Order: sequence, then C-alpha cells, then structure tokens
Amino acid sequence: MRRLALVALLLVSACRLTSADVVLSSPAECAGQRADGLSPDRVVVGGIYPLSGPASAYAAVAQGVSAYFAWANARGGVAGRQVEFLVRDDGYQPARAVEEARRLVDSDRVFALFQTLGTPSTAAVRGYADRRGVPQLFVASGASDWGDASYPWTIGFQPTYAAEARVYAEHLLRTRPHATVAVLYQNDDFGHELLTAFEEAVAGTGVEVVARRSYEVMDADVQAQMADLAGSGAGVFLNVGTPKFAAQALAADAAMTGWNPLHLLNGVANTPSLIAAVGPAALRGVLTTNFYKDPAAWPDDPAVRTYLGAVGKYVPEADPSSSQVMFGWTSAAAFAATMERMECPSREGLMAAARHLRGVELGTLLPGITLSTSPDDPYPVEELRVFRFADSRWEAV
Amino acid sequence: MIGQVFHGFGTGAVYAALALALVLVHRFTGVVNFAQGELAMVSAYVAWQLVDAGLSYWVALPLTVAVAFGAGALAQRLVMRHAGDAALIMTIGLYVFVHALAAQIWSSALRTFPNPFPGGPLGIVGPLGVVAAVLALLYLVIRHSGAGLTLRAVAADPRAARLSGIRVGRVHALGWGLAAATGAVSGVLIAPVVFLEPGMMGGVLVSALAAAAVGGFVNPVGAVAGGLLIGVAETLAGTYLWADLRVVVPLAIMLVVPAVRLSAFSRVRA
Repeated sequence: MRRLALVALLLVSACRLTSADVVLSSPAECAGQRADGLSPDRVVVGGIYPLSGPASAYAAVAQGVSAYFAWANARGGVAGRQVEFLVRDDGYQPARAVEEARRLVDSDRVFALFQTLGTPSTAAVRGYADRRGVPQLFVASGASDWGDASYPWTIGFQPTYAAEARVYAEHLLRTRPHATVAVLYQNDDFGHELLTAFEEAVAGTGVEVVARRSYEVMDADVQAQMADLAGSGAGVFLNVGTPKFAAQALAADAAMTGWNPLHLLNGVANTPSLIAAVGPAALRGVLTTNFYKDPAAWPDDPAVRTYLGAVGKYVPEADPSSSQVMFGWTSAAAFAATMERMECPSREGLMAAARHLRGVELGTLLPGITLSTSPDDPYPVEELRVFRFADSRWEAV
Repeated sequence: MIGQVFHGFGTGAVYAALALALVLVHRFTGVVNFAQGELAMVSAYVAWQLVDAGLSYWVALPLTVAVAFGAGALAQRLVMRHAGDAALIMTIGLYVFVHALAAQIWSSALRTFPNPFPGGPLGIVGPLGVVAAVLALLYLVIRHSGAGLTLRAVAADPRAARLSGIRVGRVHALGWGLAAATGAVSGVLIAPVVFLEPGMMGGVLVSALAAAAVGGFVNPVGAVAGGLLIGVAETLAGTYLWADLRVVVPLAIMLVVPAVRLSAFSRVRA
C-alpha cells in the first residue's frame, strides 16, 4: 500500500514537472501557446521586492499591488479571474531575485512575473524570464533597457530616467532659457542615464551645465560635492541621487545661505521617507516630476478615494498616503487592464496585449497621461508633469 | 580649496573616532572588530531615541556613550568570549546580526538627527574638538588609571597578566566597552550629516579600517592622524583629480601605509 502510494506520488510529481499547460481550445491562432498558472477563473502571478535589506523602504510598492488585487478579487477578479499574488523577498540582491524567480516559475507555477523592483534585480531576472518564456511585466525601474527588443518577455512601466531628464530640460527652456545648471549624480547607470539625457536635451540651447559632481553609493556623505557645486554659483541644481543622498543634498542646499538655486529633485528620490527626514522647510520651492496622483494632493478624486478605502481595508498596515503604495496600486491596475485586453489566454497573449496598449486610461494616473505601447514603442508611460513643493505637499506647476 | 580641506577634516574626524575604536579592540583583545561600525550605528539610534523622547542633546550624548560602553562589554562577555580562534569571523557575524536587528527595530527609513554644531566651515571645529577630547580622555584612562594599567598589562602579555592575578576576561570586556563608547561618538557625529539609517556606517567602516591601518592597529595617535589624512585625501581626490578616485583612496592608503609606516607614529604610543 505504501509502495503504491509512493508510485502514485512519483507519477504525479513527474506529471507536474513535464506537463506545461497549453492552450487547446479556440481561438485557433492561440493553439499551442503556454498558459501555466492561468485558468478560466484563476491566475497566479509572482512579484519580487526588497522586503528586507537596504532598499526595504520600497516594500511599500508590494503593499499597493496586494491592495489592488485584493480589491479586484472582491469585485469579481481581473478579467473574471481571481488573482493569486505571491510576494517574494530578494533583499535587493540580484542573485536572490533570480533564485526567487526560479522558485516562482518552477515550483509555484506562476503565469507571469508581475514586477521585479530595481534595475539590478530586474536585469538579473530578465535573462531567466527570456529563456523560460515567462512574462516579466511592468518592472519597477526607470532604466531604458526594458525596451530592448532582444528580451521580448520583459517590459517596463514608468517613464525612463531619460524621459524624466527631458522633462526637466523642457521646463528650464520654457521658464529659464539661460539657466546655468549644477548636477549631483550617482555614479552608476541610473545617474549617467539621467545626466546624459539632460545634457543632450539642453545641448545647443541657452541652458548650460556648468558643474557636475558624482558620488558613489559607498560614500558616507555628499558634503564636499555640495560645497564644490555651490562654488559654481549655478542658478539651478539638478539632484540625481537615490533617497538617502538626495536627502543629504537637500539638507546641504538648505543649510547653505549663500547659494539658493532652483532645486530639481529626481523622481526616484521623491519618497515619503525623504520628505519626512528633510522636512518641509528644506523642500519649499523644490521641483520634481510625477505621472500618478499623489494621494495627499488628490484626496477628493474618486479613483484616489477608492484606493484609500481599499488600502485601509485590505492592507491596513500600509501607509495609504505613501506615493510608493500608490505606485504599486497604479502598476497593478495597468496589469489588470492588460489582462483584460489579452486576446489569447496565454503568456504570449499577455505580452502581445502589453505591446498593444492604445491610450489606456487608469484612474490614478494624472489627467491626460495614458498607457500607450506598440511593438515599436515598448514604453507604457512616457509623460510626466512637473510639481512644486508648496508648504506641505507637491502642487502642480 | 580651503573649504574642501575643511570638509575633509570634518569627515576625517568621524573616521578617526571609529578608527580609534578599532585600535582599542585590537590592541587589548587582538581582534579587528568588523562590527564596530554597526555598534556605532546602533548607538546613534539610541541617541536619537533619547533626543526624540525629549532629552537635550548634551544629556543624551553621555547617556548614549554609557549605554554603548555597557553594550560593548556585554557583547564581549556574551559572544566574543566564547569565539576563540573564530573571533574575526564572529565579528563579521555580529556585523550582520546587529545590522539586521537595527533594520528590524527602526526600519530602513531615513531619520533626521539633531546637529549641535553650526553649518559651514566653523562646524568642522566641533567634531574635531570632540575627537580630540575623546583621545585625551582615553590617554588619561589608559596611562594614568588603575584600570588602564591592567589594560596595558593584558595587552602586553595576557598570560603573565593572568598569572599575576588579573582577570583577563573582565579586562577584555573593558576594552570592548571603551571601544564601543568611542565608536558611539563617531556614530553620533556623522548621523546629522548622513541621516540615520541602518546602512549609514558601511562606507565609514572601510575608511576607518584604513585609518586604523595607518596606526598599525595598535597606535591611537596614528589612527587619528590616518583618519584625518584619509578624510582630506578623499575629498581632494574626488574634487580635483577624478571623482571615481574617491573610493580608491582608503584602499590605496591601506596598501601603501604598512610599507612606509611612519616611524614617528610608532614611537608616540599612548
């Protein structure tokens, strides 16, 4: 009897390992495509976030995603399917991200990886997703790499750092056409992409980058760089740092009474943690960009009200006023919109839908900003609006 | 140029304080304590918690130093005493453990830390003064107190010290306590500038290790001089040579200094 049970167990596990769920029924052009983790009433998706470690502040993104799926499930699911969202922790380490992706795909048999967070982890998982033909959808990173056609299973979501840089350049050309700019940037792909795109956008105009200083993520502080940049006397300061260093730069700028440039804060740094640490006095007059509604600035908006209610109900430990929770919610809404537009119920169908979004509106995106992709343009959100920090919150410019 | 040198001294003072702590532990127990920076980070959190509870900065500081002293001694008694030959590895384990614990308790959100010193070049004098005071205090304790005498006896020859009735284990705990207290000063000094978060001492530790290497891990004066030297060299290299060079400075100094150990430093032993 025990032997029989063992044989049965082996058989079952063998089946699990070899069988891939394949689309059998109509429509005909979908036949043979793969649909692991997807059934008519259920879909399993997995996300990988830094729940621990140095970047664990971004765990709030996962809370927003969870809140959206719980809310959607209570209302009948996404495209009629109940979403089972599995969250894994990579501690912001690329190697662990790959390991977790493998577990999600091989052991939990997810239909798609919905979000990996951060450029290093996303880049590490990308090769695996490509080899296994698993969608890696709407990754949370602003690098331009996610539009690379040689990795057809990966697609980004938010505007690229280059797009953000162009928005700052356009704003300056419109409001201060002869500005001198000092730049502090992180010496890695993120910093270089933003700085290079900014310099290209202002090349040949009256706006001129007169000083640039970098820092390493291993540096203790950016005091010396800030003192040096202040010496340039530039009229504009472009702050291309991750939250910790951007906060140091903001504090240093506020402390220097002799240099009062227009401070441009890059979007990555605009976190609730930074705002709380630096305080409203140091932020007054600072400009940043965004593409979704800041919960604090849109409390009466119907979509934001739905969001606030859902987060409070389904993920009560989350801080609904956090822009990162809102980011997670908005990207999950984009996933739902893509699922609804899927023509073939398969992984191939999901990627095709993600590359054929035509002006899709989401309630929590800023007015006038939509999701638009085509096979030649795999960047869902490409627009940003400029915001200025007033007394206690960001206000549209 | 002058401004950059001032900034270098400010950062260097923090390196010097942590390097001093590394030298104390190494000199009295023979171990390089990789967890020194993390202990300093926790001390900064303790200070922040005290100030947050309404205490004045100048009350919170000595309290924090006292707590750090206790915690350092306790870490030696509870963990390091049993480590034996694995002591070095154990300090790395302690590093990971303390870091994770801090992230668990205080999360990795950035926190503002009050700065008692004014901004600008004059603000540099404050940290330098604090480090000088700590160095002087350590000198007095180690040179002119009974406890200091036993400390030096244990450092010179643990076995002979034990045979003459000194409780070496307790003296080791005292060394760890003194080191943690000194490290706490570095944590509190840098927290206002870098903001409080569990990773704040990571970069500082590398430079402090290099600074301690300048003093051969035994000479406090050499460690302080090394800290200031590295602070200034990093800043100048980053500003006037090539930004990427900044990271290399402590490592280059770590490589170069054992080769050309300044003999002056070896003579002035505190």
